[in-house]
Amino acid sequence: MGSKYSKIGFKAGLEIHQQLDTREKLFCSCTPKLFKEEPEFTFVRRLRPTQSELGQVDSAALFEFHKGTWIQYEANNDSSCLVEMDEEPPHDLNREAVEICLTASLMMNMKPVDEIHVMRKTVIDGSNTTGFQRTSVVALNGEIDIKGKKVAIQQVSLEEDAARKTGKNGQLIRYRIDRLGIPLIEVTTAPVLYSPEEAEETAFAIGRILRSTRRVRRGLGTIRQDVNVSIRDGALIEIKGVQELELVSKVIENEVQRQLSLLELRAELKKRGVKEADLAEEFVDVAPVFKNTKCKVIAKALKQGNPVLAVRLRGFAGLLKKELAEGMRLGSELAGIARFWGRVGGIFHTD
Amino acid sequence: MSDEFPGYRGQALKFLKTAEAEIGDIIRVTKNGESWEGILIPRSEIGDENHIVLKMKSGYNVGVRIDQSAQVEKVGEGAKPTFKPPPLPEQNKSLPRIAIVSTGGTIASRVDYRTGGVRAALSASELYSVVPELSEIAVVETEILFSIFSENITAKHWIATAKTVAKHIKDGVAGVVVAHGTDTLGYTAAALSFALQDLPVPVVMVASQRSADRPSSDAATNLVGAVKAAASAPFAEVVVAMHETVSDTSIVFHRGTKARKCHTSRRDTFKSINASPLARLKDGELRMLTGSYRKRDASRKLKLNPDFEEKVALVKAYPDLNPEVIDWYVEEGCRGIIFEGTGLGHVGDYLFSAIRNAIKKGVIVCMTSQCLWGRLNMNVYDQGRDLLAMGVLSLDDMLPETAYVKLRWVLGQTVKTEEAKKLLTENLANEFSSRTLHGKIGI
Repeated sequence: MGSKYSKIGFKAGLEIHQQLDTREKLFCSCTPKLFKEEPEFTFVRRLRPTQSELGQVDSAALFEFHKGTWIQYEANNDSSCLVEMDEEPPHDLNREAVEICLTASLMMNMKPVDEIHVMRKTVIDGSNTTGFQRTSVVALNGEIDIKGKKVAIQQVSLEEDAARKTGKNGQLIRYRIDRLGIPLIEVTTAPVLYSPEEAEETAFAIGRILRSTRRVRRGLGTIRQDVNVSIRDGALIEIKGVQELELVSKVIENEVQRQLSLLELRAELKKRGVKEADLAEEFVDVAPVFKNTKCKVIAKALKQGNPVLAVRLRGFAGLLKKELAEGMRLGSELAGIARFWGRVGGIFHTD
Repeated sequence: MSDEFPGYRGQALKFLKTAEAEIGDIIRVTKNGESWEGILIPRSEIGDENHIVLKMKSGYNVGVRIDQSAQVEKVGEGAKPTFKPPPLPEQNKSLPRIAIVSTGGTIASRVDYRTGGVRAALSASELYSVVPELSEIAVVETEILFSIFSENITAKHWIATAKTVAKHIKDGVAGVVVAHGTDTLGYTAAALSFALQDLPVPVVMVASQRSADRPSSDAATNLVGAVKAAASAPFAEVVVAMHETVSDTSIVFHRGTKARKCHTSRRDTFKSINASPLARLKDGELRMLTGSYRKRDASRKLKLNPDFEEKVALVKAYPDLNPEVIDWYVEEGCRGIIFEGTGLGHVGDYLFSAIRNAIKKGVIVCMTSQCLWGRLNMNVYDQGRDLLAMGVLSLDDMLPETAYVKLRWVLGQTVKTEEAKKLLTENLANEFSSRTLHGKIGI
């Protein structure tokens, strides 16, 4: 198994996030507690992309804004105050949370930084009322032992958890801010994990260390892994929010399979002589073809006077239905991209 | 502290100067066999003098302690971030022309990432790039009058602002927007309400509570609301445009004489006190909330009266207020005193003799209430009647801050005490409302 992954140049790194069991949230005195009841109050906001420190605006963020997305936040007075609402500046960084991070850091042979600085990571999907996540490095450069191999731990940081998404109605996304501001420890490994098993073992080992502080939260949703995966000639992909340690290796295997299949597709397209220029954005209105369609989705769109746009993927015959990995086809990959950028419900293809 | 090295002083500053490094350069700090590399970034003013803050390659910031054994060297020039506004959108010349006059504050600023400082960002092109929607509402002209925090604004700034607004109105704009810090915005709004009489078009003051460098800032929404009102609102009054609630869904326009900052940090900090807001902008539509207002009429001739007497005081009455404070004002040649009294309009009887003396010396003494909400009635209790008998003027439901500005303005218009008193009790800019309606008190 190991040799299969070394042959394809597989590398992975982990970012493990776990909620800390503190009495208060990271930047205010609210109780870190989720609620299931109806919200006591809601408020509605928009987030506007701002320029980064280098004067750039994230194009995905700008696109999201121009789509006219609104965010409705749900709250109750038990779990949030004006700080979570972005109506009051943050209070001082929670010392209890810093102490827990330091304990975990020392257990991973890390060096605490001389001075902790809180900074902003832009996140404008609505999960943070501010439009950024507050985060800070607590310690750097440690290592843990995984079956005799030293795995480098690059960084331990302390950050605020985000609001949780509770729904979406058209242009309105709903988030609940009870979770926003719960302290999270983030442990980042170097990209030195060379098989899915090794990644999973490392995830388990870090999980055990965090639990041994006895100051982290337990239960579903309290720990989340981001997994960075790359293979030779493939892309570096970050898989976010894996909620169970047991899923780490499975998720990695699927992603590797997806990338391998895409590479095969690329080879096939090359063989067929397909060039980028063949994929011109020449959309044709094919509404007349569907005049008597039995497809409800298309019939409804036509009734509303909408066009049916079609584009020819020259040289792709038979490829869209090809399974990339379990439950994933090229067609569904394209549909995902169309949904995000085109705001469509999906795409139909003739394959 | 140093201008080139914001936040740095003492030991850390010495090391940075020796290394000939600038903010934005790539710095390496070596100590105890370890080294740290990153872009040098500004430090908080309240930090100590022993740390240098670096933005590491990972994008995270760390503070590195500098001691005698440390070596600091510049290893490269960082990419110096620059603000490059995108090209101006095409101007639709058929849209109304409006002017934005900037006095400073959060709304008219952006963070300079080189220094971490806040600087004015109100050239038309910068504005269009930050808030592109503006180009679909109006043809905007901008003027940076000052770049100061509003706590530093004084009457000389009110005067300059009033004159600048008048200049743009005479130039024929459809409305003027004045960007201002929130802290003393209420005072400036009152000052403009008195100084700009018979307005032909709206004068819309606007501010923000969250800085424009954050995606959640209220600056853009407030500015869009203000520009819409300046371009096309049916009223011709001085108003304050801010969030109505903590949501981004509506902007309300408060009358300049009735608006007050009521919360240190919330977006909806401004409230109309003892009055309804004049108008609301929601779902792109501006609705008047009262039938009685001065209508827009471009042919009306503006009267500019930008004179404010300097020697006026606003004094809050509290238990054990020393009467010598009043005596001091009188000796200093103070021409008027506004009391922020208790309840229906009272002050302790231990102040009576000082007040009598002040009035005898020709000082105009007026009463407002520190309750803010509600109307004075100095006839209810003995002490109120005593104050009235001394010649203290009851200012009904006027805000203390508005009363202070109005008294300064009135004494800027006339030297005659009786005429000044008459002007004070006349309703010149909706500073009085005759009916107090049932409504929510507070934020």
